[in-house]
Amino acid sequence: MKIGVVTFPGTLDDRDAARAVRHAGGDAVSLWHNDADLHGVDAVILPGGFSYGDYLRCGAISRFSPVMEPIIAAAQKGMPLLGICNGFQVLAEAHLIPGALTRNHALHFICKDQKLVIENNQTAWTSAFAEKEEIVIPLKNGEGAYMCDDQTLAMLEGEGRIIARYVGENPNGSRNLIAGVTNERGNIVGLMPHPEHAIDALTGPTADGLGFFTSVLKALAAGGVK
Amino acid sequence: MAKIVVDVMLKPEILDPQGKAVAAALPRLGFTFAKDVRQGKRFEIEVDGQPTAAQLAEVEKAAEKLLSNPVIETFTVRVEK
Repeated sequence: MKIGVVTFPGTLDDRDAARAVRHAGGDAVSLWHNDADLHGVDAVILPGGFSYGDYLRCGAISRFSPVMEPIIAAAQKGMPLLGICNGFQVLAEAHLIPGALTRNHALHFICKDQKLVIENNQTAWTSAFAEKEEIVIPLKNGEGAYMCDDQTLAMLEGEGRIIARYVGENPNGSRNLIAGVTNERGNIVGLMPHPEHAIDALTGPTADGLGFFTSVLKALAAGGVK
Repeated sequence: MAKIVVDVMLKPEILDPQGKAVAAALPRLGFTFAKDVRQGKRFEIEVDGQPTAAQLAEVEKAAEKLLSNPVIETFTVRVEK
């Protein structure tokens, strides 16, 4: 299975994301922000970093880069799409998932190992986890506070579309401790913490993040997201 | 040449930690007038001649699509003399 990993100018975590894909047993394909097609990939990851220097708003410029056009079209037809950190911000700017990411409530950039609880293990990217499974993966962001209006929040809660929450103290001011959300279909997931930095005990705090990558390979092997 | 100004502000219900930090810094410098501070963005767009209604409508569209994120922000468009 071929998983595309996008590099925008200013992306940082594309190599770790590609490594995580290979570690999980998939083929990682590099996609460039200027690519007009997706080189036949079965899923796409928008990795973390500071695309376009976070100018204007995080993800606001990247969202209109050429590669996003085929990605949005494919994701709307069910192609699995994961946005991590800056990738999550791109998904929110593209309105592929509801809400927005804003400045951490305490203003400081956060970089630490963070405990999460998996709230929805029915998506293309979370099926390898048990429901309510607790995992520890790195969290590193300056603008990670998930914001949405009350109506959207009630909808996300009611439809089980919050896929992961922070455990313990709220690290960045996200509403309802939201660390990740999915779209209605469950093929698009935005996640603020970084699973690609926690795929083996040698280089990460845990290997807990690997499940996101094995999940999508399993979903694709089973015929993709209906 | 005229200048079109687009002001973008976070919606009132969205927490503005930067504005809060400014509000907290002011009294430390002896400025005690501020009850609250909100921080926003201002875009100055130069165009040739007086902007037409059609141009302003285009700017409105651009402000909604790119300059602001309607999920968390509001904007105003005006022409500066």
